[in-house]
Amino acid sequence: MNNSETGSSKPDKKTRRSLDIVNQGLARRYRAERRFRYYGLSAIVASLLFLSLLFISIFANGYSAFMQTFVRLNVFFDPEVLQQESLASANYQGLVKSSLRKMFSDVKGRGDTRKLYGLVSSGASFRLRDMVLQKPDVIGKTLEIWVPADDDVDMLFKGHFDRNAAEGERRLNDKQLAWIDQLSADGRIEKKFNQTFFTAGDSREPELAGIRGAVVGSFLTLLITLLLSFPIGVAAAVYLEEFAPKNRWTDLIEVNINNLAAVPSIVFGLLGLAVFLNFFGLPRSAPLVGGLVLTLMTLPTIIIAGRSALTSVPPSIREAALGVGASKMQMVAHHVLPLAMPGMLTGTIIGMARALGETAPLLMIGMVAFIVDIPGGFTDPSTALPVQIFLWADSPERAFVEKTSAAIMVLLAFLIVMNAAAVILRKRFERRW
Amino acid sequence: MSPATLIIILLALSSLAYYVGRRRAVTVGGDKIQIKQLHSRPTYYGALTAIGCGIPTLLIFGFWLAVDSNVITQLVVADLPENIRNLPDARLNLIVNDIRNLVSGNIVSGEVDPAMQAAADHYRSLKTTSNAALAVVSISMAMLAIVFVRGKIKPGLRARNLVERVIKYLLIACSILAIFTTIGIVLSVLYEAILFFRVVPVTEFLFGLKWSPQMAIRSDQVGSSGAFGAVPVFLGTALISGIAMVVAVPIGLMSAIYLSEYANKTFRAAAKPLIEILAGIPTVVYGFFAALTVAPFIRDTGSILGLSVSSESALAAGLVMGVMIIPFVSSLSDDFINAVPQALRDGAYSLGATQSETIKQVILPAALPGIVGGVLLAVSRAIGETMIVVMAAGLAANLTVNPLKTVTTVTVQIVTLLVGDQEFDSPKTLAAFALGLLLFIVTLILNVIALYVVRKYREQYE
Repeated sequence: MNNSETGSSKPDKKTRRSLDIVNQGLARRYRAERRFRYYGLSAIVASLLFLSLLFISIFANGYSAFMQTFVRLNVFFDPEVLQQESLASANYQGLVKSSLRKMFSDVKGRGDTRKLYGLVSSGASFRLRDMVLQKPDVIGKTLEIWVPADDDVDMLFKGHFDRNAAEGERRLNDKQLAWIDQLSADGRIEKKFNQTFFTAGDSREPELAGIRGAVVGSFLTLLITLLLSFPIGVAAAVYLEEFAPKNRWTDLIEVNINNLAAVPSIVFGLLGLAVFLNFFGLPRSAPLVGGLVLTLMTLPTIIIAGRSALTSVPPSIREAALGVGASKMQMVAHHVLPLAMPGMLTGTIIGMARALGETAPLLMIGMVAFIVDIPGGFTDPSTALPVQIFLWADSPERAFVEKTSAAIMVLLAFLIVMNAAAVILRKRFERRW
Repeated sequence: MSPATLIIILLALSSLAYYVGRRRAVTVGGDKIQIKQLHSRPTYYGALTAIGCGIPTLLIFGFWLAVDSNVITQLVVADLPENIRNLPDARLNLIVNDIRNLVSGNIVSGEVDPAMQAAADHYRSLKTTSNAALAVVSISMAMLAIVFVRGKIKPGLRARNLVERVIKYLLIACSILAIFTTIGIVLSVLYEAILFFRVVPVTEFLFGLKWSPQMAIRSDQVGSSGAFGAVPVFLGTALISGIAMVVAVPIGLMSAIYLSEYANKTFRAAAKPLIEILAGIPTVVYGFFAALTVAPFIRDTGSILGLSVSSESALAAGLVMGVMIIPFVSSLSDDFINAVPQALRDGAYSLGATQSETIKQVILPAALPGIVGGVLLAVSRAIGETMIVVMAAGLAANLTVNPLKTVTTVTVQIVTLLVGDQEFDSPKTLAAFALGLLLFIVTLILNVIALYVVRKYREQYE
């Protein structure tokens, strides 16, 4: 190569060997090579950076929601207020107020006392009511009780609140800050684990809002989805892969399934609205309808995963089964399907994880309402966890930002568990022939 | 008897049928030696009996539940006083709803008058009768089926073939569901869209430049003239999807190239799943992130640079959507780059090409059809993406291509028009279905082209 000559027909010109031409451009080409490599690496770094940014931002906003500020009150369960016959509807708010008044006896004037009452959440009275209804013998005693503080106080203690801002721009005025400082100096304010977040339904008050209702709603919806989409998906995959003749019909079905997998999820919501709600008259906001819509949405995923699991079962298994006299159905049911099952389950779990995170179709069928009660059945109105996140993200209170982030953390935790289960299932049971 | 209890009883009867059929087969087959005369194994006779008992009764059960509420409503309406029955349809529907609410013990919209109370009682009694009738019909039907099939069981009965044929039909029914879903989508969206196009001409919808979807209750009120020109909405969708693709295609493609051509095994094993995580994050999380973190960041950066950036800028939504689509582009491109035969690479190297030259001049052109297909799929996903734009993009339908302004998209409009209480005859709600139809058609075309291209490409190197 070194001795090869180009343009040998013109020996009078200065001979240039091709290697020289190559060498001339080599540095530039190597630079281009390094640059290209660097672009690739930076593309990966950029996506990973964004991923970590997302997680850090959610975590930084959300971790504080798992703690909640509580105020310790000395509540006197006044027998005059708590008449035996109307225990459920007695004036518990009054008990809270009088205990606050006792603590700050120098506060006078309507405006100031109202500001003082505003330090404690309106949920405090419900807590007292529950205590009295459970143990009526507390009446007449004075007890020390931790009640949830208002969300503004909570935000102050979590540092989401600039106490040096001008008084008009703060949600707490100077007097309230002074009271809070006094309470905190007395050891009457403390951050504790926020149980409400996991046991309560939705609420307009951030300090009383919880995700239990949404989690139960999601669970019921996914249960319907799983019960319908798994058997139907497996059956469709088995038919298409094992029994279907190759003709126009099966081609049509196949194109349909592939296309449905790429249809925007909101279109499934429109279908649910028009067919299940308006045509069949099923109840709005119900997990039943949500489950049906999500079934239609996840079916293509499950069918596609199921088919690839079936194709990975080697033909020799089928031939052996047929060879010892099994019918085609027996061959599939006794041999092929059990071998393909881990792959199918993996696909199903991934489909379920997608369904769990899906929001748009549920908005269409009305699972977006403000629902305080925890749903008890498939036709009760309910929301789902991602919809709850959407609702809270729209709320103006600062305290809902951390609640939203915390709910996202819970949702992501569920998704991580499901995907990890899928990975383990694949690693553990997948056989390679 | 409530339908839930009934269905449990029916299922129990079916399992009973299984045992009856099996026992019968063993009896007919005689003792252990003669059992060989049976055509199929006894379990098949059991399964046949169970199918014969279960499927017809469950079909009746489902059909009954689907129609009984409509039939009862018809009967109740027919018995309403003359003056109520002659009300316009919309009012009548309201009253029927109230009656249903009375029956289920919910809050009623108006005063409860005796006529309605009577109607509610009538409804309730009809419902009880219907449930009882259903129970009687389905249970006796199940019993009859058991007796009938049991009588048919003889050693020569080809139970296995029958059972297998029924199961095959069930499998076929399950796979046809996909076609029904597509038909259901088309019909439901098309029907409402046609109603919409009766009010608003198609040409105005497709080419009108003003979008302000409201219909006046009174003709003299402010903003009474609803405008349904969807061009600003389309443009907004295109703008946001365009930004998303500008983010996703280079990053996705470059990371796919790096992962499949440059990275060593350990790096690839670590980085690929991490990028795939981006695809598994729910879109509502992206939406929250875009609205809470990215949009304010862009706005603040813009104000430092002296630009006026809307707090719901198209840029924020598009950027985050692009990140969401990265793994989609990258995993598809990765597949296609890996599918390019090694011989092509070796050929290029042997001519003295550097690795990047090989990639740029040999591998990418060879993989291009597949990558284009993948990008088309990604575009279709960007157009149909809902939650990110609902949370981070605006509602104002501005006719602009400035990414710093607020624009709105098709999906945002569908959600805003349909969330909350709707009446099903106003153009406002119907407009959502018209948009939905358009969305479906556009994504369908993109998907079909993309899937065709991808399929052709896969065949090329196989």
